[in-house]
Amino acid sequence: MKYLDEFSNPDLARRLLDQIHAVTTRPWAMMEVCGGQTHSIIRHGIDQLLPEGVEMIHGPGCPVCVTPLETIDRALAIARRPDVIFCSFGDMLRVPGSHDDLFTVKSEGGDVRVVYSPLDALQVARDNPDKQVVFFGIGFETTAPANAMTVHQARQQGIPNFSLLVSHVLVPPAIAAIMESPTCRVQAFLAAGHVCSVMGTSEYPPLAEKYGVPIVVTGFEPLDILEGIRKTVVQLEEGRHELENAYPRAVPAEGNPAAVAMLRDVFEVTDRTWRGIGMIPGSGWRLSSRYADFDAELRFEVTDIQTDESPLCRSGEVLQGLIKPHECSAFGKECTPRNPLGATMVSSEGACAAYYAYRRLDLVSAGGA
Amino acid sequence: MCLAVPGRVVEVFDESGTTMAQVDFGGVRKKVCLAYLPETGVDEYVIVHVGFAIQRLDEESAKETLATFERLGILEEEFGDGFEAAAREKGVQL
Ligand code: SF4
Repeated sequence: MKYLDEFSNPDLARRLLDQIHAVTTRPWAMMEVCGGQTHSIIRHGIDQLLPEGVEMIHGPGCPVCVTPLETIDRALAIARRPDVIFCSFGDMLRVPGSHDDLFTVKSEGGDVRVVYSPLDALQVARDNPDKQVVFFGIGFETTAPANAMTVHQARQQGIPNFSLLVSHVLVPPAIAAIMESPTCRVQAFLAAGHVCSVMGTSEYPPLAEKYGVPIVVTGFEPLDILEGIRKTVVQLEEGRHELENAYPRAVPAEGNPAAVAMLRDVFEVTDRTWRGIGMIPGSGWRLSSRYADFDAELRFEVTDIQTDESPLCRSGEVLQGLIKPHECSAFGKECTPRNPLGATMVSSEGACAAYYAYRRLDLVSAGGA
Repeated sequence: MCLAVPGRVVEVFDESGTTMAQVDFGGVRKKVCLAYLPETGVDEYVIVHVGFAIQRLDEESAKETLATFERLGILEEEFGDGFEAAAREKGVQL
């Protein structure tokens, strides 16, 4: 494929790595915000090829991991209703709620379906007019346009038995929250490329300025990540803190204006609790009042949710970059991808699952980092 | 689930008022909603996430980025401090 495979060319990767080593004079800690990047970094072992002291802190950018426990419990309660067909992306199925997960609901006879796209859920609604079809609309700014278009079409085409359970999260307020935290060690950010493909880059220069941190928009292929790290280290070494775009082939400065216009129409900003982290002001989207008729939270009243998180799980600290997954005593023991205690062990973008999948299990026995 | 993957548009069509496309992902074809990039033509590359094209892949800029990578380090090899480079290779602190 044209210009697709080239971004994992090992010769060029070597060059980029040499450059990173050449420009680095001291330790730096930078955070990759996006779970897709965490996955790619661990999979290719990029963090282990960096100069001594250049540390990748894995950020909270896995929507599956940060969807609030209360919302998961609400989803489980709605999915249990006999009149409901509950549609979701596959990786939400095994996310632990307080007591069980969507998979359990399905095995107990609930109609839970995995779809590739929210539009598929809308089709399920057309095909089953006597059922209530609910789509679990989670994700960052990358996923929101798909959910927005789907609910927009449901309204336009008058599909009354469709609704959306929304728990969207936003990257820029999370960056602000990380920087405001008293335990913050982050000196720079690799910003999530595909979030910026949608939203553009205009939200980031004020953050770079306010917190004095370089922010580099970064892609997902090995070369993209190395280039993001290289640009970041160069800024840090030169004492600059600017927004730079290391992924211009997919990120124009203005993003995708048609998608942004749709997002502004369908959603409105709300405070959002991030699982393991807590409430971050203005860090989420919910359906705007114009779409209240399609809001599953309003359509299905679920009361008395008592959330109950596993006492062993330290995913909150993992998500904030305070510990690495293998430093959790349950990692690879009580907690595995087959039997996850926390959401970060479920999705392949969760840091715990990525460490588990790519040979980092030996870290536990070796006791090293 | 947050991954978005690039693919090539092979056909653009209308489906009850919405612009849709068949997109080829290295042999696998999928129907993709093009409503956010309705101007996209056949043979262009788009980035697709959960059934939606969210951005076009700009070939010019892909070429430029790769060319920058190719050039990386060459200037330093030409003009850089050879002694420093050699010391670094050996792991010697200057
Ligand atoms: S390894 Fe499991 S228990 Fe430990 S922090 Fe990760 S998800 Fe939680």
